[in-house]
Amino acid sequence: MNKKRFTINEDRSLFPEKNAEGKIDIDLSSHKYLKLWQGPQHPGITGNMSLELTVLGDEVMDCETHVGYLHRGFEKLMERRKYIQCFPIVCRVAVPEPDFNEYCFASAMEELAGIEVPEMAQWLRTLVLEMSRLQSYLMWIGGQSGAFGSGIIGQWSIYLRDLVLDRFEELTGGRVYHMYQLPGGVRGLLPDGFKQRMEETLLTIEKFMDDIDKVMFNNAVFKKRSVGMGYIDPSWVNKFGITGPNARAAGIPLDVRKDYPYLKYPELDFDVVVGKDSDIYTRADIRRKDLLLSVDLIRQIFAKMPEKGDIKAKTPNVLHWKVPKGETYSRAECTRGEYGYYMVSDGTEYPRRINVRGPSYTHAVALLEKMIINTNIADVAGLMVSLHTYPPEIER
Amino acid sequence: MKLKDILSPFTAWKHVVREPVTIKDPFSREGADRYRGFHKNDIETCIGCGTCEDICQNAAIDMVPVEGIETKDGDSGLRPQIDYGRCCWCALCVDVCTTNSLSLSNHFTWVDEDADVFRFIPGVDKKDWDNEERGWKKPEPNYELYEKERVPMRELHPEERDKSFIEMVKGYSKEEAEREADRCVECGICIATCPAHMGIPEYIKAVREDNIEEGFKKLYETNPLPEICGRICTHKCETVCSVGHTGDPLSIRWLKRYIADQVESEDYKNILGTDGIENNGKKIAIIGSGPSGLSAAHYLALMGYQVKIFEAFDKAGGMMRYGIPEYRLPYDQIDKDINYILSLGVEIQYNTKVGKDVSLADLEKEYDAVFAGTGLHLGRSTRIPGSDHENVYFATDLLREITQGKEIHVAEKIVVIGGGNVAMDITRSLARLQNQKYGKVDVTATSLESEDIMPADREEIVESREEKAIVDPGWGPTSIEIENNKIKGLHVQKCTSVFDEEGRFNPKFDESQTKFFEADMIVESIGQGMDIEYISKDIREQMEFDPRGRIIVDDYFQSGAKWLFVGGDIIQGPDVIHGIANGHRAAIGIDKYLNEKA
Repeated sequence: MNKKRFTINEDRSLFPEKNAEGKIDIDLSSHKYLKLWQGPQHPGITGNMSLELTVLGDEVMDCETHVGYLHRGFEKLMERRKYIQCFPIVCRVAVPEPDFNEYCFASAMEELAGIEVPEMAQWLRTLVLEMSRLQSYLMWIGGQSGAFGSGIIGQWSIYLRDLVLDRFEELTGGRVYHMYQLPGGVRGLLPDGFKQRMEETLLTIEKFMDDIDKVMFNNAVFKKRSVGMGYIDPSWVNKFGITGPNARAAGIPLDVRKDYPYLKYPELDFDVVVGKDSDIYTRADIRRKDLLLSVDLIRQIFAKMPEKGDIKAKTPNVLHWKVPKGETYSRAECTRGEYGYYMVSDGTEYPRRINVRGPSYTHAVALLEKMIINTNIADVAGLMVSLHTYPPEIER
Repeated sequence: MKLKDILSPFTAWKHVVREPVTIKDPFSREGADRYRGFHKNDIETCIGCGTCEDICQNAAIDMVPVEGIETKDGDSGLRPQIDYGRCCWCALCVDVCTTNSLSLSNHFTWVDEDADVFRFIPGVDKKDWDNEERGWKKPEPNYELYEKERVPMRELHPEERDKSFIEMVKGYSKEEAEREADRCVECGICIATCPAHMGIPEYIKAVREDNIEEGFKKLYETNPLPEICGRICTHKCETVCSVGHTGDPLSIRWLKRYIADQVESEDYKNILGTDGIENNGKKIAIIGSGPSGLSAAHYLALMGYQVKIFEAFDKAGGMMRYGIPEYRLPYDQIDKDINYILSLGVEIQYNTKVGKDVSLADLEKEYDAVFAGTGLHLGRSTRIPGSDHENVYFATDLLREITQGKEIHVAEKIVVIGGGNVAMDITRSLARLQNQKYGKVDVTATSLESEDIMPADREEIVESREEKAIVDPGWGPTSIEIENNKIKGLHVQKCTSVFDEEGRFNPKFDESQTKFFEADMIVESIGQGMDIEYISKDIREQMEFDPRGRIIVDDYFQSGAKWLFVGGDIIQGPDVIHGIANGHRAAIGIDKYLNEKA
């Protein structure tokens, strides 16, 4: 049991030895090193990306991330689509979190066009964003425990996620791709009895979260594998552009909902969940608390939102909507951090440029490549899931 | 390591006895009420406007011809075909549908081994979910992807206009016009219906983009009288406008007027590029300077023909000038359109009645071809007892005399017989004159047709009432009561139906319901007849006539006498836009005929 384990304070830069250029001399013909591809078809990897690992024994020496398996060219496609035609596209940028894309796209357009979204629509948007956060975390939590060998949590959490998707189906007409937050507003009021059914879903989630707490978080195996593992130094946060729970676990309270309040968040009562140990366990715990915070926020939204109201502002004819010249950046706090749309309009019916700023790009490429060095290959999947990255959003 | 962390995970075992949550039969699971499932289309309501095809970002929708659905005014005859290999179920097609015919059912699964069945025409290819009520429909209320309400036109108030002949419609401002133009969905249903097939979506786009020159050029491609048409066109385009199915139709007429109003007379030639047209040495005579004659003259002049118009009156314009009151169509606007056509080298010989001052045979000799657009100027009489009294007038005669500035007889109590636009014109003109003369209005318009099928434009009826005229439709006149050679009034009986089952004019009356309108002057406005006495017998022998005495012409408005082309109200209509279309088509026909002859 003299396996090398890294603790928080150990200097990773000392091993393996670097040459004068600061790189490792990897001589594959020495039979000392082995190239190992993890992904793109690997159950332990999130989505379609792959890691080209160079291992020494079972320890990772070098890592190169490869993306491109899921490239759909959305940003370029959108330059050839009218604004309204981009609306069904944007939700597909990050598959498990369509709503943040819809919100950022719509709000960027509304800002450029100077459109005020009605009160009711703002509440409904806030609700949908929190529901989306809930289902995204539920999907993640199964992946996190699954990556460390516990399949049961995934069975529960995917069931819970389906309950939330049932509510999405009622409210938006779609389960996965909701296409609900249209530029100018939303596409429907709450159906009859929705609040009550949502409350039942929330109660079920809370009940199961108690069990998940017992089975996953108070679990010797999980703790053994996650505590002290995958450390992110607070000083990296700015350098690597780390946001969301990954930054909050490092003790830095970054949350767009508080820092740049949008929609109805200023009217909701909540505190940013912050951790301090910055390892896989802390990040998981932050996300668990954030999930429960979403449950609380949904209840607050139900209590505060009006019963009726306009769902959509008057907009120009969508078939030839010319958004005024200008550029803007609109952001929202998604489950993984800051999500943003940079939109440039040249005053025509087509967007000149739309750039999607997804947190997965910074987390899964640069940060992962750095963190993965010197980990055991058995921990790679768990480490990657703990960053909560979605490859479709890296590639767009 | 705590002992609790070792024992705690075993609590998972309690779930062994929990009820399973899996759906046992996923095929019969029902979608939510709003679920975006498979497409349905109410094929009878759908007009094939293709807006769904336009908005679909996946190109999943194709408009295809469907057996049993004919192309007609207001219906392209096409229906959407959906390809589920491309559809992303965003339902924007449903939200944007102009007729609300498209919707989605909440069906969840559709399994088939044949891939081709997933490309289908909803509503035509019958599906299990066609009668499913639930599923995605356009959200309600206050959810529109384009504005359904028309930008209101500013008009003079009834009190401001009921004494004067000042133009009552003020026209759109730039902002209003752009807002109205924004509502267009560019389906093009209007193009097919417009007799002149004007490029309506294109010039509306020009308004939207504030490109007046482009819009002006578009107007002149098919219509050389935009100022006139922009005011008094019967706007069949608006009747069929797809936006009108669930909202107000586009104000196509006012937008046309907006473009024409923005251009000054002196800029016309510059914008249209009509300076220095080469003369081809051929001469064309045109009889009558109404819309068809002017339209033919315009397009012939552009082709290089030397055109001369023979006009019976001392001013050009025909019915547009002598039949339409000034408050609807000011004379300076007529002149603006006509002066441009004259500036292309078209000559007009006024006060020359063909058949009297000059014979048609002479024109045949002197000119390469002749176009006759002499219109319908003869009033038709009801021929009821008493209709030969001197105080029974034809509307066309009175309207002409008002234009000519003659003093006409205006009685204190007037009844107008007729329910068309001409009847409304004379009613409203007489109301103004009564107001000027007596300070009060007492004119009643009565028609055979009940209010819902009155041929007059709806706004004409409304505005007549605003001007305190009485419109009392649904009565058939029986006799005019005359006592001591003075008209006492008009006896009418209830008209129960105007047309028979085959759609022919065959009015039925209920003799037990009668009414008496007191009046000391009666105006008949029940249609007009044509006067083609100028066509001599030997020419007529070369021509063909239908059993009702109407001239038969071919697609190019060429009559049996090959050199004689006939168009306008005597062939089609009666209205301005048909005349313009006829004139344009005849101009092409004349060019073709002369080229083939040479």
